[in-house]
Amino acid sequence: MTATYPARGADLDGLVADVTRSDATLRRFLHGLPGVDQVGAEARAAALGTRSIKTTAKAFALDLAIRMVDLTTLEGQDTPGKVRALAAKAMRPDPADPTCPSVAAVCVYPDMVADVKQVLGDSGVHIAAVATAFPSGRAAMDIKLADTRDAVEAGADEIDMVIDRGAFLSGRYLQVFEEIAAVREACARPDGTSAHLKVIFETGELQTYDNVRRVSWLAMLAGAHFIKTSTGKVQPAATLPVTLVMLEAVRDFREATGRMVGVKPAGGIRTAKDAVKYLVTVNEVAGQDWLDPDWFRFGASTLLNDLLMQRTKMTTGRYSGPDYFTLD
Amino acid sequence: MTRLDVRKTYKLYIDGAFPRSESGHSYEVLDGKGRFVANAALASRKDARDAVVAARKAFGGWSGRTAYNRAQILYRVAEIMEDRRPQFVDAVARAEGIGDGPAGKVVDASIDRLVWYAGWADKITQVLGNANPVAGPFFNLSTPEPTGVVAVLAPQGSSLLGLVSTVAPVIVTGNTAVVVSSYARPLPAVTFSEVLATSDVPGGVVNILTGDAATVGPWLAGHMDVNAIDLGGVAGRPALATELEVAAADNLKRVRRAPAAEPDWTDEPDLGAMTDFLETKTVWHPIGL
Amino acid sequence: MSNVFEYAPAPESRSIVEIKPSYGLFIGGEFVDGGGASFKTVNPATEEVLAEVAEGSSEDVDRAVKAARRAYDKVWSKLSGAERAKYLYRIARIIQERSRELAVLESIDNGKPIKESRDVDVPLVAAYFFYYAGWADKLEYAGFGTTPLGVAGQVIPWNFPLLMLAWKIAPALACGNTVVLKPAETTPLTALLFAEICQQADLPPGVVNIVTGAGATGQALVEHEGIDKVAFTGSTAVGKAIARSVAGTRKRVTLELGGKAANIVFDDAPIDQAVEGIVNGIFFNQGHVCCAGSRLLVQESVAEDVLERLKRRMATLRVGDPLDKNTDVGAINSAAQLARIRELSSVGEAEGAEAWSAPCDLPSTGFWFAPTVFTGVTQAHRIAREEIFGPVLSVLTFRTPAEAVEKANNTPFGLSAGVWTDKGSRILKIADKLRAGVVWANTFNKFDPTSPFGGYKESGYGREGGRHGLEAYLR
Repeated sequence: MTATYPARGADLDGLVADVTRSDATLRRFLHGLPGVDQVGAEARAAALGTRSIKTTAKAFALDLAIRMVDLTTLEGQDTPGKVRALAAKAMRPDPADPTCPSVAAVCVYPDMVADVKQVLGDSGVHIAAVATAFPSGRAAMDIKLADTRDAVEAGADEIDMVIDRGAFLSGRYLQVFEEIAAVREACARPDGTSAHLKVIFETGELQTYDNVRRVSWLAMLAGAHFIKTSTGKVQPAATLPVTLVMLEAVRDFREATGRMVGVKPAGGIRTAKDAVKYLVTVNEVAGQDWLDPDWFRFGASTLLNDLLMQRTKMTTGRYSGPDYFTLD
Repeated sequence: MTRLDVRKTYKLYIDGAFPRSESGHSYEVLDGKGRFVANAALASRKDARDAVVAARKAFGGWSGRTAYNRAQILYRVAEIMEDRRPQFVDAVARAEGIGDGPAGKVVDASIDRLVWYAGWADKITQVLGNANPVAGPFFNLSTPEPTGVVAVLAPQGSSLLGLVSTVAPVIVTGNTAVVVSSYARPLPAVTFSEVLATSDVPGGVVNILTGDAATVGPWLAGHMDVNAIDLGGVAGRPALATELEVAAADNLKRVRRAPAAEPDWTDEPDLGAMTDFLETKTVWHPIGL
Repeated sequence: MSNVFEYAPAPESRSIVEIKPSYGLFIGGEFVDGGGASFKTVNPATEEVLAEVAEGSSEDVDRAVKAARRAYDKVWSKLSGAERAKYLYRIARIIQERSRELAVLESIDNGKPIKESRDVDVPLVAAYFFYYAGWADKLEYAGFGTTPLGVAGQVIPWNFPLLMLAWKIAPALACGNTVVLKPAETTPLTALLFAEICQQADLPPGVVNIVTGAGATGQALVEHEGIDKVAFTGSTAVGKAIARSVAGTRKRVTLELGGKAANIVFDDAPIDQAVEGIVNGIFFNQGHVCCAGSRLLVQESVAEDVLERLKRRMATLRVGDPLDKNTDVGAINSAAQLARIRELSSVGEAEGAEAWSAPCDLPSTGFWFAPTVFTGVTQAHRIAREEIFGPVLSVLTFRTPAEAVEKANNTPFGLSAGVWTDKGSRILKIADKLRAGVVWANTFNKFDPTSPFGGYKESGYGREGGRHGLEAYLR
């Protein structure tokens, strides 16, 4: 079978209507996408990981990476105090250095949104809320939608939803599509604006790169603003090759439809060195248009301090230590 | 009143048919005691050319058959030789100037040799090929493959056992052959070609030219569509062998060099007569999900 | 278009390498003056003269062969396999220890990117020595006899100077032969550093001899009556000359020659990996690779898409300073090779094929050629038939599997081929039909010491690597 992407300049609405007529048409479309060879994809990611990013390029990359962080806490033990402290850190990650940029967003459970909002105000740092029965996604549809509406109502700028992996793995693609589309509708605010929707695949459960490519297209067709690797609750979480395949997907999707979608690897990215590898991959696979917090994010918590530490090394010329960075 | 005998015309064997030499030439074949036996077709360069075309045409089909099938066909050739044993004994006795007893031993050895090679068809890959444990997520397999069209200058002395011992190893692995028989002792080769024609060997797989290796050989050695050459038929003629080896370099033919003297063909062969006309192909494939 | 994320220079330090002003020959375990002239080896990225190197005369070659013979008769052939193995293991370890030095020197003398010399060439060199070391005391299990041939004369090319040395020397020594090796004229320095490594490993004198020089030196070696074996990697023309020169002798020969490999992309290929494979196939090592995938055969139905993706990918290739860790494509090895690439490229354009080159700034000194792809190429074009040995890809299309195989095989060469498809049975069928010694399916340009390498037809004969590679050095 010829493996193909939609022709360039495809009409997105027409394409969506076309491929979502039935489970069969959607399946045909997704399975008609070119396959991904695991070994080749991993070799490409590894090769990109050997780029040597030094001096000015490193300084640029570190600041950009900080600006791309979705500073995250998603624990049962989260409290208003905890998330407020995190929000404060998000605005001023390095209190000792006013030139240090803010992060992109704070990512919390929906019931914490109001607390975070109080701290962030109009700082420009966004609030992201995980919704739709995060992390498993195992709840009735109306509950998932209510979860989403609650978060938006509480002030979330961005909704990080999880897909129903069970439905995806059993081939009920249309169900996954409709859930994403419905959640996107639930992101709407009364004033006509809408929270941005990130769609989490939990790629560690989908296992194959073929699945990652298919689910990426499925989510983009359903209206995702961002596609996101993982909840952080399942191993493996984000990996460079998975992110590579997703970056290829957003690149190809824009090529075909003209619509740009963002990418968010989340979980497992803990060092500045890793973050720089992701930025290199963004740069060389999707292109520099994606080198912007509007189009690429890191879902992370401990990553931020390592970025700050490396940044301090760049500015002072000395190696720093963990005691010099806040642990919120 | 004695019956007037019907004399046989000895012809070439090309592409499964028995043409005369396109040159129209033939030469006198004498027996071991110098008495006239028959006229044999004297192969020309154009006959060699035609034989190469036939061999090339047959290569895809022959090499594409299962090894089991090639084994069966070679065994079938042995069966038919056995069936025609008296005729071969007579041919060898006359060609080599030996008695029926020794000639019978030669024929037996030739048939046994063919059976031995027939059995190799579906084993040589296992003996020569192997999986390679490369340091990475790849399946990697090396297997022997036939090199293509092989020119065989058959031994001059051993008219049947030498012939079988040089032709069988070439074709059992899937090559096709253009054979120049012993010049002075061509009759067993002609009889052998009649066996090939009535067994299941497809036309063109073996082509047998009677004639002079010194005149036809250079055309085959220099032919750009011949992949390999066995110089056994010019054993003991180093100047000619060198000339042929030089010509063979034009397209980098695989060359099985001529020995200083013709070997004792009753010795158990090693794998060299097969491996000299085999390539090793190595295929890589990623191992992934 | 300028990029917001411009990678700053990341040069590998040269300080680890010490290049002497001049080098002699390595004969009988010592560096000795050559009896003949000398030549200069230059850094192809800068045209800076690196060193003066002795040009081995026929007398020098004779001295080296005699030293190898003495070492063979008196020492090496008498040593147990286990002892030979330990010498080879020792060499392998020293190569690993001095890997950075070897990689930097290789990049300076050859022009290849440091990331390749560091991550591909030198690790493989060590791996080949490790692999063949282990064979030295296990030869009776390999099936090729256990008797060495004697003295091997080995002539290697400039595209993988140290790796080709390893392919030649490691199996030869493991099997109990001694060697005289002639490195390429433009890339002698790592072979001379290897000679130092032999000294460091206390390898008995004369087991390895290195005679630098050009074609005449190589010819003197190949034609020397005192050698038992010729191993050559290089051009098909020289390979044929060698085949002629050894005619009538008892010398054994292996030849690893040119290629014009087809890289076949079917419409169901894993497209992104196929594009990587195409890029790796032709731009790895500046295309100075005998098994390079220099003919892209792409199924018509996806040709346009594949080409757009290929060009987009080529635009990200970083061409420049070989010592910069981010360089993907380095310098062309010599002025002569650059002239050859330019000539064939202009022939391609004159014959009506359309050239597209990746947008990149080439340095003003040194030898450079931008990664280039020719479209509209047919089998009749010279650029589809002749080995360019540079970063130049010819693109042809096909409609059916049969046509792909026919075009792939329609060449006097038969070294390697690639096939890209998600259909397993098709891979096996196409791989079976391709007349090439190495077939990479859904990958390309992979090498491993356990994997035999070598060609069909005019790509030469014999195999290097793997168990099969022992055959060339045993009887």
